[in-house]
Amino acid sequence: MKQTLATSDRGKILHVQSVHASAISAKLIEMGLYVGQEVEILFSAPFGDPIAVNVGGYVLSLRLNEAALIEVA
Amino acid sequence: MNVNKIALVGNPNTGKTSLFNALTGLNQQVGNFPGVTVDKKVGKLKLSNRSIEIIDLPGTYSIYPRSKDEEVVYDILSNPQHPDFPDAVCVVVDASNLERNLLLFTQIYALAIPIVLVLNMSDIAFRKGKKILLEKLQEEFPEATIIETNARIKSGVKQLMDTLDAGNLVRHTSPKALIAKEDVLTQQKDTEQKFQEINALIKKCVLQDNSTQTRRKVTRLDTLFVHPIWGYSIFLVVLLALFQLIFTLASFPMDLIDSLFGSLSAYLHGILPAGMFTELLANGIIPGIGGVIIFIPQIVLLFFFIGILEETGYMSRVVFIMDRIMRPFGLNGKSVVPLLSSAACAIPGVMSSRTISNWKERLITILVAPLMSCSARIPVYTLLISLVIPNRMVFGFLNLQGLIFFALYALGIISALLVAVVLRMFIKTKEESVLLLELPDLKSPRWKNVGITVFDKARLFLVGAGKIIVAISIVLWALGTFGPTERIQNAVQKIEKPTSKNAIQLAAYEKQVNAVKFENSYIGILGKTIEPVIKPLGYDWKIGISLITSFAAREVFVGSMATIYSVDADGEETRSLLEKMKQEKNTDGQPVYTLASGLSLMVFYVYAMQCMATFAVVKRETKSWKWPIIQLVYMGVMAYVSSWLIFQIFS
Repeated sequence: MKQTLATSDRGKILHVQSVHASAISAKLIEMGLYVGQEVEILFSAPFGDPIAVNVGGYVLSLRLNEAALIEVA
Repeated sequence: MNVNKIALVGNPNTGKTSLFNALTGLNQQVGNFPGVTVDKKVGKLKLSNRSIEIIDLPGTYSIYPRSKDEEVVYDILSNPQHPDFPDAVCVVVDASNLERNLLLFTQIYALAIPIVLVLNMSDIAFRKGKKILLEKLQEEFPEATIIETNARIKSGVKQLMDTLDAGNLVRHTSPKALIAKEDVLTQQKDTEQKFQEINALIKKCVLQDNSTQTRRKVTRLDTLFVHPIWGYSIFLVVLLALFQLIFTLASFPMDLIDSLFGSLSAYLHGILPAGMFTELLANGIIPGIGGVIIFIPQIVLLFFFIGILEETGYMSRVVFIMDRIMRPFGLNGKSVVPLLSSAACAIPGVMSSRTISNWKERLITILVAPLMSCSARIPVYTLLISLVIPNRMVFGFLNLQGLIFFALYALGIISALLVAVVLRMFIKTKEESVLLLELPDLKSPRWKNVGITVFDKARLFLVGAGKIIVAISIVLWALGTFGPTERIQNAVQKIEKPTSKNAIQLAAYEKQVNAVKFENSYIGILGKTIEPVIKPLGYDWKIGISLITSFAAREVFVGSMATIYSVDADGEETRSLLEKMKQEKNTDGQPVYTLASGLSLMVFYVYAMQCMATFAVVKRETKSWKWPIIQLVYMGVMAYVSSWLIFQIFS
């Protein structure tokens, strides 16, 4: 299985590989999660969901099911 | 060309609102965009010899709408025939996050509208070690006017004003039309393409000094705010402090307003000739207006504190840690604020639901918010509890009265969550529930923004809901004052008039006459008419009357009871009301207020939407009569059924 933002570790510098097609993929890309973007998981909420991600210099919070749409490496 | 109308657009958290406030001050108005629930904020920029109209469009990350509110931006900018189509657009951009912000700018830059690029918050960019080369940026966008501002300290604002005044803005020579609203796939491709271009552009225009990047990516405060134990503890403390402050600070002005309007009524009664007009003014209109103003202290305080929490960025952390907990109920982390505010008063609660961009989640939040027990229920709960609940200890250390009081609050909270789950199944939407929330840097609040938010909300309530509240008060007054003349006369004649001139006896007589007049007014008749309906809940017609008048505001229950039982309700005299109510017997000799009927009435007050102010605010916020009516009905049915059950179980 490919690695997504939902399954990645905190504190690693990662790059977006692809954004799965879904109703919110256009929105995700507009928020800066385009292919090639540098991302890093900063911290997560108490139940592990949602997570806070550094997206090219700003902090975005995503739910895990949203993060699962972002393939990273 | 002369610029008369300007639209302000930008990503959320770019300081767009600060800039709007800096340009227009308090010359702001809130209107409607046809067909959507988002408010249209319009302000006037006063120049030396004329003024420019500025429209503050909803914050968005892209011109292509992903929520209903964002559609406004697309609809206006894509259609030159639109009544709100501007002469020029100011795109406010967070200079410290140029990449994501430039997406919206480049989308609009391609349109045939003169454009100003406002590089805001350049100080933060500087602190992040970023230097933007303005000349280079200008080369990339030759047809845009670029201005650097810092709305926080007002630098650059004057220059922006002058630019807008001069009006020599250029129009794009080779405009491109926007992609169709529905064609998401093409939009997505276009966005990816644009980000590649922006990336290349940033390499040319922004110097990144990596040596100054000493800022910690995760600040210590953030670690604390989202900590499983500390995060929730801090939130709890903030909440407790907030409510303590609201209750202690609001009670004084509220009492003042109450007595002020009371004395105004009495004063008008004294100086105006007796008659219908005086009655209408002193007992209908003045108390009606007072009933609107009385909410202002709570609204102002609540939005003042919420404003601070939002300005500092703390609120987004609360949303972050509460989202997972709220989700199973069809709510969103952002629902926390409106629901908690409703524990003070549902009016600011409903008004603060605006931050929820998903319409379904926002609607559910609005619909369940009034189930949270607000401060107006306190006097009703207190009266009823002391009436039917014995003052004794249970389990050796818990006061039973206090326990019931707590149970009523808990009932409200639990019901709100359960109803949310049910509503979730009935309200359909195509909009996906997403969180995708920017967590802005924590910073000190901008007081002017807090002040303007407070001012805005207070005005919104006064203008938007005030009219309906005053109108309903007048109707309630008329129903309580008028009745079939003959019927009232007959009833009054039956009371024995004291023969002596004893002042106490005369006063007692007066009160009895008033009680009888009230009993035979249309409201009294209405109360008696509904008696068969409320009998199964354990209520008599006197309670029926109070239920109807409670629609003005729940605490009116106590006052109505006092009128009916012809006692004064103020201060110490509540005790005499209590005594009278305790002695009250049914026709069959049984006491009216038993444990069963008392509990039933308490539950009724937890559930029923007896608050015209909330009704009016929901109408305003949802921009339709449909939702407040649905709310009124579902809460009414819930109140009736549960009260009936409670009465049957306990009697």
